[in-house]
Amino acid sequence: MSISFIIISMIILLGAAAAVSFSNLIHCALSLAVAMVGLAMLYLHLGAEFVGFTQVLVYVGAVSIVVLFAILLTRPAPFSPGVHVPWHGRVTGILVAGLVAGMLVGAVLGTPLTSHVGQRVITVKQIGMELMTTYAAPLEIVGLLLTAALMGAVILAAPENGEKKP
Amino acid sequence: MNELFSEWVRRAVETLSEMLRNPDQAPVVGKAFIVSVFPEFLQGVVGAFISIAALISVFGGLFALLTLMERKGLGRIQNRPGPNRVGPFGILQPVADGLKMLTKEDIVPFRADAFLHFIAPVILVMMSLLTLAVIPYGRNMAPIELDSALLFFFAAGACTELAVFLAGWASRNKYSLLGAMRAIAQMISYELPLLLASFSAVLLVGSLSLVSIVDSQGGFMLGVLPKWNVLTPWGFVGFIIFMIGAFAESNRSPFDLPEAESELIAGHLTEYSGFKYALFFMAEYIGMLAISGLAVTLFLGGWHAPVPFLGWVPSYCWFFAKLLTLACFFIWVRATLPRLRADQLMALAWKCLIPLSFINLGVTVFWHYSAAWSFAMALPARWGIAFLALAVPYTFLARQLGTKKTFARRTYRFAE
Repeated sequence: MSISFIIISMIILLGAAAAVSFSNLIHCALSLAVAMVGLAMLYLHLGAEFVGFTQVLVYVGAVSIVVLFAILLTRPAPFSPGVHVPWHGRVTGILVAGLVAGMLVGAVLGTPLTSHVGQRVITVKQIGMELMTTYAAPLEIVGLLLTAALMGAVILAAPENGEKKP
Repeated sequence: MNELFSEWVRRAVETLSEMLRNPDQAPVVGKAFIVSVFPEFLQGVVGAFISIAALISVFGGLFALLTLMERKGLGRIQNRPGPNRVGPFGILQPVADGLKMLTKEDIVPFRADAFLHFIAPVILVMMSLLTLAVIPYGRNMAPIELDSALLFFFAAGACTELAVFLAGWASRNKYSLLGAMRAIAQMISYELPLLLASFSAVLLVGSLSLVSIVDSQGGFMLGVLPKWNVLTPWGFVGFIIFMIGAFAESNRSPFDLPEAESELIAGHLTEYSGFKYALFFMAEYIGMLAISGLAVTLFLGGWHAPVPFLGWVPSYCWFFAKLLTLACFFIWVRATLPRLRADQLMALAWKCLIPLSFINLGVTVFWHYSAAWSFAMALPARWGIAFLALAVPYTFLARQLGTKKTFARRTYRFAE
């Protein structure tokens, strides 16, 4: 474990922890963006240039903005009042979190991790070729899914028949 | 010790003479010499620091020059002298501006989120400076040569949106938040045509690396016409779409709705004063220079000379000449075009520019495959087909934009 790996994982962990512990939702969303930047740094640290930059472009540039918009549009005030959680809510929360954590740890420990000695440099061209040949079907399916989501959003936002425009 | 020193002097003199003999590569040779003075394990860091120092000083200077050019140019176009008190012809105005900004009080609103209010301009300037790192400024003169340089540029650019949102939200001011929301809506909408227009160049070269995109534009057609992308049908249309997107992305007039002094009292900048305001300004100008630099790289042949007999002029001179020309174009447009309405802004991006850039991508593919045509009138035929494929849809798209709109009487929900 190198020093840079430790620093990067601290950024990710602190960002993720902050994202669930702030009371102000905007602060949570911004901490999530910090965690995303950390993940991008991890990709870059591992030599995956393309994935790292795409992570920043998509998650920091677009997804976090969508999250922020969603928060601003759904809450009447940018500051949320302190939420009181009853005891059974807490118990279920801890239970679910424990189960998810257990599954993740089990999955990580169960995966045979083979380490490649010496980094292979993969160019963007190779990634493109792979996406267009081996992984063409998944790529198309994801594209279709996103288009469907977009059309769903348009249908939700469009005024219904007979409804007056605001 | 004495021998070491004389050896060092000898090498310094050698480097200097090499730099004078070949001014085109002078910065590269100079940097290599300075790096070689340091011990092995420091060389990477020192090289990076030299590049950073060069970038910050050159673009800091250009920023100062540009503010002066803008104020002078706007003045001339509006038939007034512009700043003319500080120094001869007012050329020391940027110094006075900088000192004024430094000495002004830094006001943070009482209910503002102090930390985010402080960090927003810092992130903005940092990300704008990062975008400068991948542009090839001359032959062998890209500070970082990345395989996915274009992606890096847009990834760093995308982070500026978050910074603008932070600035607007952290100020706890209606106008700031409105301005920030406008800015984000505008930047996200115009990022699409911007990306699609630049992908046409990527498609033909087959690489995201800006260095290889510039290399592909070297040489001349028929001995006179440079092989710049802008001189092809897809490149011409792509360049125009890219420039419109660049204006919107840098929040410049006619797309300055987010800042709109007359309606939003400067949007997300409302609650900023003193040096933080100056930082925002700097980020805006550097962003403008960076995106112009990308336009030069993608469409205007980067550092290549426009005519063969001027090839002896150092490559970076050509790059910065083109960059400053585009910057003057930005100033000219700012002085002459009125601001768009918000609905016109969105309609232009989504109903005209995005379909047009998709068609342009198709034309690029056609251009790529028709390059193998070898019959007599191949070039005019290619141009004709490409022109028709772009001009006909453009006419329809532009017509549909121009239809007169009728507006219902506006009701003001909050003001009445």
